[in-house]
Amino acid sequence: MSADVLVPFDEVLEKFDPALGLEVHVELNTASKMFCGCPTEFGAEPNTQVCPTCLGLPGAMPVVNRTAVESAIRIGLALNCEIAEWCRFARKNYFYPDMPKNFQTSQYDEPIAFNGFMDVEVDGETFRVEIERAHMEEDTGKSLHVGGATGRIHGADYSLVDYNRAGIPLIEIVTRPIVGAGERAPAIAKAYVAQLRDLIVALGVSDARMDQGSIRADVNLSLSPKGSGTLGTRTETKNVNSLRSVERAVRYEMSRHAAVLDEGRSILQETRHWHEDTGITTSGREKSDAEDYRYFPEPDLVPVAPSREWVDELRGTLPENPTQKRARLQAAWGFSDLEMRDTVGAGALGLVEDTIAAGAAPQAARKWWLSDMARRANEAGVELTALAVTPLDVARVQALVDEGKLNDKLARQVFDGLLAGEGTPDEIVAARGLAIVSDDGALGTAVDNAIAANPDVAAKIRDGKVAAAGALIGAVMKEMRGQADAGRVRELILEKLA
Amino acid sequence: MSGLTRRTAAELADALAAGETTSVEITRAHLDRIAEVDGPAGSGAEGVHAFLHVDAEGALAQAAAADERRAAGTPASALDGVPIAVKDVLATQGLPTTCGSKILEGWIPPYDATVVARLRQAGLPILGKTNMDEFAMGSSTEHSAYGPTRNPWDLDRIPGGSGGGSAAAVAAFEAPLAIGTDTGGSIRQPGAVTGTVGVKPTYGGVSRYGLVALANSLDQAGPVTRTVLDSALLHEVIGGHDPLDSTSIDQPLPSLVDAARRGASGDLSGVRVGVVTELGGEGYQPGVLARFRESVDLMVKAGAEVVEVSCPSFVHALAAYYLILPAEASSNLAKFDAMRYGLRVLPEGVENPSAEEVMRATRDAGFGDEVKRRIILGTYALSSGYYDAYYGQAQKVRTLISRDFAAAFEQADVLVSPTAPTTAFRLGEKLDDPMAMYLNDLATIPANLAGVPGISVPSGLADEDGLPAGVQILAPALADDRLYRVGAALEAALLEQWGGPLLDKAPALEGAAR
Repeated sequence: MSADVLVPFDEVLEKFDPALGLEVHVELNTASKMFCGCPTEFGAEPNTQVCPTCLGLPGAMPVVNRTAVESAIRIGLALNCEIAEWCRFARKNYFYPDMPKNFQTSQYDEPIAFNGFMDVEVDGETFRVEIERAHMEEDTGKSLHVGGATGRIHGADYSLVDYNRAGIPLIEIVTRPIVGAGERAPAIAKAYVAQLRDLIVALGVSDARMDQGSIRADVNLSLSPKGSGTLGTRTETKNVNSLRSVERAVRYEMSRHAAVLDEGRSILQETRHWHEDTGITTSGREKSDAEDYRYFPEPDLVPVAPSREWVDELRGTLPENPTQKRARLQAAWGFSDLEMRDTVGAGALGLVEDTIAAGAAPQAARKWWLSDMARRANEAGVELTALAVTPLDVARVQALVDEGKLNDKLARQVFDGLLAGEGTPDEIVAARGLAIVSDDGALGTAVDNAIAANPDVAAKIRDGKVAAAGALIGAVMKEMRGQADAGRVRELILEKLA
Repeated sequence: MSGLTRRTAAELADALAAGETTSVEITRAHLDRIAEVDGPAGSGAEGVHAFLHVDAEGALAQAAAADERRAAGTPASALDGVPIAVKDVLATQGLPTTCGSKILEGWIPPYDATVVARLRQAGLPILGKTNMDEFAMGSSTEHSAYGPTRNPWDLDRIPGGSGGGSAAAVAAFEAPLAIGTDTGGSIRQPGAVTGTVGVKPTYGGVSRYGLVALANSLDQAGPVTRTVLDSALLHEVIGGHDPLDSTSIDQPLPSLVDAARRGASGDLSGVRVGVVTELGGEGYQPGVLARFRESVDLMVKAGAEVVEVSCPSFVHALAAYYLILPAEASSNLAKFDAMRYGLRVLPEGVENPSAEEVMRATRDAGFGDEVKRRIILGTYALSSGYYDAYYGQAQKVRTLISRDFAAAFEQADVLVSPTAPTTAFRLGEKLDDPMAMYLNDLATIPANLAGVPGISVPSGLADEDGLPAGVQILAPALADDRLYRVGAALEAALLEQWGGPLLDKAPALEGAAR
């Protein structure tokens, strides 16, 4: 496959206005599936969480999961949507082996929630993203293509299907076209998904793990000539499974569209696949408006008609508005605007909040997540939330630092141990023997050894060149394998060479 | 004890309760009768061929268990131990379920339909699965992939459809009871042409869970029996709310057996019977109309008041039905794709075929012409750009038909018409003329579109061919008890006129399968 020609991002914006559209699928964390009683746990043995209904066996019928409807309404309300007084499920008909009935039970022209918005913060500015609809549907099974180079269906020797995922409840949240974003389009896309994820987490309706596919984003993008006020032909990029990728995919498609349009060619309306590793999109199946899903109301289900009393009751269960919450937290934590923005931008707000709640000082919590953890997540190419380090762990490590039992360098080794799955922070400290040696006897010996081994340096310090102590501190720390309080070592050196 | 097969289910239940016979004896008698008259399964060459699968071993084991319950004084229901046949469109755990299609050949469901589960719970031994038009598409059972069922009154004639197997099994004394399903008349029309009783309950009155859907918004399972009382007894076993079927009505059933017993006393005073103008006249066989008029006269004699009612939208029912049904069916039948169960056909001459190619080859080989015809119709009717003109318009007709019913039921407590326009036609006679076949359901379809209940009761033999005809009684939704009251009263009057059951006039069929 030849690489796409790309136009540098800045040049794209000289000629074109981008229009974004985001379709986010949220897998609900209900105990049972959308239309049957099967469990929904992630990672079970293939085809063990199935029944006649979610396997689409002849004669089996669906029954709507009330908790899923409740979650859908709460998501709708949190997105400032109107909630339908009466809506139906519809069949979306198309053939695919991982779809047991060869139709997906979804909603079509009667979504449960519609006409909402979300105010997204980017670089301290607020941008309103309008929500067209949020509707309920069921997930498909999962195909595994065996053989062949890419894990794609083409070139595979055979395919296996796991129907455990078939029938898991999904909420699809669709934005109206987001126009006027200009150069901030990639950032707005990322911020929208991040904020939506935070909202979903706050609502407690999903595991909200992008790496496990419990939040999946499809990015629609089109370009139109600058200032034309029209909408161009769009592509739909699927499989965008991290916040970072949302931003990158938008950038990539903007640059690719611009190159195609610059050459006087037109954009093909199609589905594209995002490749996390190479950072490019490739053409998937062609999708045109002519693709006909032959939607019609699902005759095996009765309409969903949530009473206004129920909707009001659910409105009372909504978490705090994210904008207000951020302002409240910033004040409580004493963060600067920049610190707060960085925390939100890194997708660390919830983690920092939980770490502080577990006892850590705000600045310490922020420091660990935004420096060390962010670096490690970046290296591993995963989200912060996907790291094997929890806010409770970070709070405990910080407590050990505060107690003088660890220094920052040792703390990092504890995090190494946590990422390696070696146990709890305390277990790792014990197993790795990481506690700071505060015994002046052992330290004193090490200091004496360092002075003896570095007579020149010792002489300088005796002559009052206190700054030279650093070299001796280094030697002592080396001998102590880092398990010493550098401040105490310095005191001891200066005492002995006074 | 061959006399056991001539008895009604109510009589068998009484005999069991009195300790005069056992369920094993009854079940064995029916299995013997099946062996005698049904012919080898799948041959269709001789015999009635009502059954696609006979489960002698299972039925006898269930019968033995029923006898133990009776002996212990703890029968599971009034019908405990009375055997039954089940249309092959209902999922039966451990028993093949083919829907009369090659595409499901060899499929053994891992679960029971709710109706079947209720039969088992009530202790009715299941004799086997009955023949049907493929996926219930047809009015003659000739569209079965396993050969046609023959009408016990004349083995060269059709037994009606799609549930010809269930009706013929009951008419030929192979089973005292059977379950059918009715999407546009598939219980009632076979009842009419075989001289048996068939009931389509109120939509939502009997669970559809495990009924392999033809058209979900129209399908209902119901009783197929030789008497109105037997239907009421069976209806009470299978009916009532089921949480597994979202369209099932969460209300207690009216007392149907009481209604049937009350009707059998022969008094219909105070009952207003509406004769539907649009369901009669042109296209109806004279002998069928004659028997219908006699039936109405008997109701009047029993004290009923007869009024003429008009349901003008009924003339559009057939057109609407043949859009809604194929639309739903085209989607329902998509699941038969060779990926998970049933037939799998590899395309010829294709190396390493793709899933799509296997689906295509399987569906091409596994579905019969009538099924393909309706899949094409339905796919077209749902296509974007055509949806409003076809499916949408058909739904509007449906609303009009419901309004016609509502207006008619203000004038009358029940509506009546001939069940089917003709008596049983000859095998093959209409096979190449789908429209002629579709017209068989003219009188039965409106009830399915509106969800109201209906019963077909034998009205006698048509003069011109000596074959049975039926009268259809329709009631408002949830008023199924009215069917039983009026049906039983009519039945009582006719029995008196005939001097015994109509089926006594049918050929004995002894040795038919040899």
